[in-house]
Amino acid sequence: MDWTWFHRLGSPKWFYEKTNAWIPWLAVISISLLLIGTVWGLAFAPADFKQGNSYRIIYLHVPASFLALAGYYIMAISGAIGLIWKMKLADMVMKSAAPIGSVLTFLALVTGAIWGKPTWGTWWVWDARITSMLVLFFLYLGVIALQEAYQHQDTANKASAVLSLVGTVNIPIIYKSVDWWYTLHQPATLKLTSESTIHWSMLYPLLIMIAGFYCFYALVLLQRTRTEILSREKKTKWVKALAEEKGS
Amino acid sequence: MELVFQFENLSDFLTMSGHGPYVWACYIIGALCLIYLAVSPLRSRKVLLREIRRLQRIEAHEKKQREQMAASTN
Repeated sequence: MDWTWFHRLGSPKWFYEKTNAWIPWLAVISISLLLIGTVWGLAFAPADFKQGNSYRIIYLHVPASFLALAGYYIMAISGAIGLIWKMKLADMVMKSAAPIGSVLTFLALVTGAIWGKPTWGTWWVWDARITSMLVLFFLYLGVIALQEAYQHQDTANKASAVLSLVGTVNIPIIYKSVDWWYTLHQPATLKLTSESTIHWSMLYPLLIMIAGFYCFYALVLLQRTRTEILSREKKTKWVKALAEEKGS
Repeated sequence: MELVFQFENLSDFLTMSGHGPYVWACYIIGALCLIYLAVSPLRSRKVLLREIRRLQRIEAHEKKQREQMAASTN
């Protein structure tokens, strides 16, 4: 197998130039999917026979939670790659993934709380799923804080990579919490191994929203990483030339 | 597959039989979060590029001054 692409990935300049063309595509695809999914979910999907219209929050709550978790994988894995192979680009991806993940976890928690009020009669309970999501939120904040805490970027990268790797313990707890401690949060609606517990008329807009969130996540992670590349390479000729070009 | 608008009229769509405030609050907060995520890297990129240009101008200016100093001492 040809491994040159893996070595090239280590070059931030190569990555920056390569991803230039992806941005507009990702933007168009994610905006269309998010708009279609939102309109479909809010106006055209049937109301739930138990929860009525409040269930429409699912089209925001589930995709945000999915990406909050997937984003954690991305952050921890790139942290590990940065630790093991000292790949600069992986460190930049880790740093960029933290604020995005924290916003998405925040969104999952807030939409969950608002959904909880009409459904469970309370904004917040210390249920296992909700508490472990709150821990996820603090892990993201921890990584952001560690990135800011050190003078040397290398030390900051090492510390935040270690924190995000240790924090992966929380991920299976989040997934399994609804089965291990069956309290208030309902079990997963979408399952890979068995049939989903949701009718297709409600499922399609949900799948579109999840796809849209994935594309949107890719877009904003790319944008943040690219800005991070420019910031860390600002002394190089190619970044200076780029700044000159954008200014004129 | 046929898609039918699920509400009687616009006000029914907005109130969502009492759940409107919850649903709409979520979607407004969601939109704000996504807009923030989309805009913040673009803004920091703009600030960064401006900063790089400013440093370049300072560098060029200092270089010019050094050359003038060197020329006057000779």
